[in-house]
Parts: sequence; structure tokens; C-alpha cells
Amino acid sequence: MATEEMEQLVRREYTQGFVTDIESDTVPPGLDESVIAFISQKKGEPQWMLDWRLEAYHQWLKMTSPSWAHLSYPPIDYQAISYYSAPKKPEDRPQSLDEVDPKLLETYEKLGIPLHERAALAGVAVDAVFDSVSVTTTFKDKLAEAGVIFCSISEAIRDYPELVRQYLGSVVPQGDNYFAALNSAVFTDGSFVYVPEGVTCPMELSTYFRINAANTGQFERTLIVCDKRSQVSYLEGCTAPQRDENQLHAAVVELVALEDAYIKYSTVQNWYPGDEDGKGGIYNFVTKRADCRGDRSKVSWTQVETGSAITWKYPSCMLRGKDSVGEFYSVAVTNGRQQADTGTKMIHIGANTKSTIVSKGIAAGRSDQAYRGLVKIGPRARGARNFTQCDSLLIGDRCGAHTFPYQEIGNSTATVEHEATTSKIGEDQLFYCRQRGISEEDAVNMIVNGFCKDVFQELPMEFAVEAEALLNVTLEGAVG
Amino acid sequence: MLEVKDLHVCVEGSEILKGLSLTILPGEVHAIMGPNGAGKSTLSAVIAGKDGYEVTSGTITFEGRDVLDMEIEERAQAGLLMGFQYPVEIPGVKNIYLLKAALNAQRAARGEGEMPAPEFMKLVKEKLAYMKMDPSFLQRAVNEGFSGGEKKRNEILQMLILEPKLAMLDEIDSGLDIDAMKIVAEGVNSLRQADRAILMVTHYQRLLDYITPDKVHVLVDGRIVKSGDKNLALELESRGYEWVVEESAA
Repeated sequence: MATEEMEQLVRREYTQGFVTDIESDTVPPGLDESVIAFISQKKGEPQWMLDWRLEAYHQWLKMTSPSWAHLSYPPIDYQAISYYSAPKKPEDRPQSLDEVDPKLLETYEKLGIPLHERAALAGVAVDAVFDSVSVTTTFKDKLAEAGVIFCSISEAIRDYPELVRQYLGSVVPQGDNYFAALNSAVFTDGSFVYVPEGVTCPMELSTYFRINAANTGQFERTLIVCDKRSQVSYLEGCTAPQRDENQLHAAVVELVALEDAYIKYSTVQNWYPGDEDGKGGIYNFVTKRADCRGDRSKVSWTQVETGSAITWKYPSCMLRGKDSVGEFYSVAVTNGRQQADTGTKMIHIGANTKSTIVSKGIAAGRSDQAYRGLVKIGPRARGARNFTQCDSLLIGDRCGAHTFPYQEIGNSTATVEHEATTSKIGEDQLFYCRQRGISEEDAVNMIVNGFCKDVFQELPMEFAVEAEALLNVTLEGAVG
Repeated sequence: MLEVKDLHVCVEGSEILKGLSLTILPGEVHAIMGPNGAGKSTLSAVIAGKDGYEVTSGTITFEGRDVLDMEIEERAQAGLLMGFQYPVEIPGVKNIYLLKAALNAQRAARGEGEMPAPEFMKLVKEKLAYMKMDPSFLQRAVNEGFSGGEKKRNEILQMLILEPKLAMLDEIDSGLDIDAMKIVAEGVNSLRQADRAILMVTHYQRLLDYITPDKVHVLVDGRIVKSGDKNLALELESRGYEWVVEESAA
């Protein structure tokens, strides 16, 4: 009897003891082993996956929510969350754009999002909102030709179990941190990418294609593996403000770069930040980490963070391979009552590893944000180099920006540079621009975009243009 | 063109301008002189609309419009442009970008479309050469790391491109060596034309050796106490301000 069949048998017995109704599409709020088993079964997962989830769950039970971040929010009741629900039925969703918050629509207008996409983004129940089927098909054909695997993580677990089993959790172990453990136990969606040896992915991969097919999960799990000498550019998110019923989002992203591989991962995060008082906004607790496993491998993180009520996120690189390179380019914008604690970790393990950190934080309104970065140089990382530049821009006098740089240097051959500035958009700068005939809002946008230029130029072209527009919308009304 | 009537202005509760009146006609160059603390810079700041200046009474009209009722950018768009004594630095924003944004904002206010890029570049390069500025200026952040002379030249460059109806130059000569001053003065002189007026605020006569004013006003303690032609400036140069102050007190 094949192992797989054995596992299936075992699992069947295992699940039988549970009370949850498998026919139902939603589990009642709360988290226990039966809920995890339910999720695993719904996804048709093999036994090892369920075991892996349960292991994560048991570790999570022993952990406590981190309190070191410069954030404040009421305690989250994890038993009040429903951990599995099928996408909303059409009759429960807004039936037309007339039922959608006009403010949201106004924003779509300003961002220049095409009409037919607005409905989908606002969650309106429309049949075939996109003529994306054909787009997706050509897109899939092209990838298949190159041998690139790009599918949902659930499909990958079913169709490529060896690959998933080999790499899942190898960068972010189940018990890595509180939110990663929770994610490992209950993740329901996410993407999987595998680029085979020597292949340069023929197009930029975007979750955009997938998100519109199914709702994004609350607990996304993304795994990208670039084999030797392969390359991929991956775009996550979308500039349009996305609403979600779920307040808590805890995603995990794992990147693996083998010898001479290059992964470029770009994110634009614009989850709903809540109303003017910050009510109803998304809590975004993300663990993103790259493992530059092979020599001369390179990972570049670029992020533009403008949404969410709370952002807790530190895309990191473990530079294991000799001469491997890690980069982190970030723009974080907070307005209203938003809070963000974000930054990166560059862990230099191999010799001659190199990292660059460019972080630009913009705080407006009554928002608060922190840059938190760790540069760690291990004893074997001879000749390692890091350059960190960390700038904050304040708009108005009710916001805050904080910088927490940590450095652990374990050998004397390393070169570590750190530059930090904090500036304010001064009344004088605004007056100067307005005295040239430029409106106050345009002046703020001009100054902010100038401030972010170093990061925007790292974004793929299309994204960069969108990001600029997004910043302008986010900071609307920040002054005066 | 510009009509200031009995203007009273307070800064942080104390009155700086105490009934200032001034009329400027198209084509005229006016120089406002006076001892330190007389309120010279306050006048141009109030006309430009800077925060922190409270107009307690009096009026300012520009081409028939009530200036005090206009937003800062509206005043600029109407053609009231100020050359700053201390131009502010704007890191990350290229000079060329500011120029383009300003020019197009003003064109938009006049109902004109954006200036096509080639035409814009041609205009900018021509004016740059006139101000003896290197094209690399355009790629540098606005005023960042500029020397005092470079900042002032940049102010005039903006005037040459934005073509105001009334250019207000606040101590445009301060901190300039003689060569830089000649270049700046030449730039200002090239601005002179029948439908444009210039209002210069200066502490020293030396600028007026290069830019000959039509009218000179002496501002003492918040009021214009004496007006004359260019000879008044020369007299001030040789006799100082003391006699005017005494004369006005008498």
C-alpha cells in the first residue's frame, strides 16, 4: 500500500472524531484541532500537511503575542475569529456599485482604476466582471512553456507535494513567531512559485490575476522558490484600496534563492485603514523572509505600505550563500490614526555578503510609525557590507516617527554604514511652492514624491506610476 | 497695478506696519529702503500672503482684485511673485521639476494647457544661459547645497521663466559678491518691460547702482516717510537714514 493511501486512511479516521460539519462552508468562530483538521480536509490535503499544521498550532498555544512593537491596539480575541469561510455568496455581497461606500468609489476614480475593475475591488457581485479568463489562459500557457509553476498554495500542496514539503517552513519555521505560527496552523490561501534551474520567468508574476479570481485569504501563505541561475519578479497587492471583512491578517511569505538566483519581490499594500477614528481598519501582521541559500544569490524586497490600521512587517534576508545580496527598499505612509512598525532584518552569514536598506517613512495626521531594522553580521561573514539609509518625513505636528536600528557585528572585517534623517515638511517649503503658484496639495505631493524617489525607482515601471498616485491619494487632506 | 492703502499689520501682537500706502504702476521699478526693523520685509510677505501676519486694517488691490481675499497660490497665479531673501531647500525635488510644476500651474490658472516638453526645455536652457547657470542645476534638488549666490540666481531664473506681472524682490542683494550681484542685476533688468513692475526691498544703495529705480521710498517705523527718485537713494547712501527719521518726526 502506498504511503499516500495509508495517510489518507489515517486521516479519515482522525477526522471522524470531530464534530464539525464538513458539509458546511463556514466553521463557527474559535480555534482548536478540529477546526484545523476541517481546513485541511476542505483543502484535500495529505496527512503530512495536517500534521505540520497541528505542530504549528501546538507551538502557537505556548506562545504569547509580541509586545515589543511600537503599536497599541486592544487584545485580539482569537476565539472570536472564524478560520474558514468559503467566498461570500453573491446574494450577500453588494448588488451594485450604488451600495458601495461613495468614498471608496471616489478613491478608485482618483487612482484611475477602470470602471469594470472597480466593481470587483469593491466586492460587488457581478458575473464575469473581468474578461480575465482569456488573459489568464495565455498567461498560463506562456509560463508552462518556460516550466514555471505559478498556482495557489492549495493546488501546489496537491499537485507538487514534494516541492512544497521540501521548502515550506524552511525559511519561516512554524514556531518562528506568534503570527507565523498561527498562519502555519490555519492558512487557507496564497501563492506558490517555482522557477526551474536556468530559467528567467518570462513575465512579471502578479497576485492581481489570482486575487480577482477568489477572495484573498485572511491567512495567506506564499512560497517562492528560485532554482539555480533562475530569476523572477513578483508583484504583490494592488494600489486600489481593498476592503475585507476580516480585521486580522497574518500572512507568511517565504522566498528561497539558490545559487545565482534572483528574486525581486514588490509589494503595494493598501488595505482599508479604517474610518477617520481608525475604526474597522485591517491589522496586518506579516512575516516575510528570504533565504539567500545559494552563493551569489540575490533577493530584493521593495514595498510601498500605505494601508491598514496597523502594520507589523519586517521583510528580511538571510544571506547564507557567499557573495549573496539582500536589498530592502521601503516607503511607509501613515495618515489619520494609522500605526506602522516596519523595517527589515539583514542576517549576514556567508562571506562577502552585501545588503542595502533604504527606508522612507512618511507620517501625517495623528499617525505613528517606527522603522525597526536589524543588521547582524555573523562570525563567518568575512568582508560583509551593509548600507542603511533611513529617512523620516513628518507632515504636521500630531504625528510621530521613530527609528530603532539594531546592529550586531560579529567580526571585524565587516563594513556597516547607517544614515538617518528626520525632516518635516515645513511651512516655509509649502509657502515657497505656493508662492510659485503650486497648490498646497500639489506641493505636498511633490515634496513627498521627491522624498520617496530612491525607492520608487526600484519598483517595476507600472507599479511606480501607480504608487505615486496612491501616495497622493493617501495624503489627501494631510495638510491644512 | 498695485495699490496698498493705509495698511496696518501685526505680527505676534505688535504692530509692524502702521498705515502704509503705496501705488505701483505698470513698467515702474520701486525700491523700498529703510533701517533695520522698519517693516520692509513685512510688506512683501503680506502681499505674498505668508502666514503669521495679521492685517488689522487697510487694503491691497492688484489689478482691481482684493489681494487679501486670495489664496497664496492664487496671488502667484495672478502674477504676484516674490523672490525670497532666504530661499528654502526642498530635498529630493529637482529644480527642473519645480519649475515645470510652477509654470504649468500658472498656465492652468490662465486656462492654458501644459507647455510641451521641448518648448519648455528650450525656454529653460535659454534662461539658464542668461543667468550663467550650469544645466546641471536643473537636476539638483531645489536650493539644496546651493551657495548664497546660486540661490539668488535661482530666484531670478524662476522669475525669468514664470514672467510675473509684479516681481517682488526681498533683499535680493544680500550675501552676494560683486560678480554675482552683477549677474542678478542683469537678470532683474531684463525683466523690465512696459507691462511689468518690480518692487525691490533693499537695505543698501549698492544694488541700485545696477538697477535704476523709478521711485525710491523710505520706510521708517511702519510707514513710508519719504519718497523720491533715484537721487533719494544716493542721498541716503551719503547721509544715512538718521535725517529722514528726524525729518519725519518733526
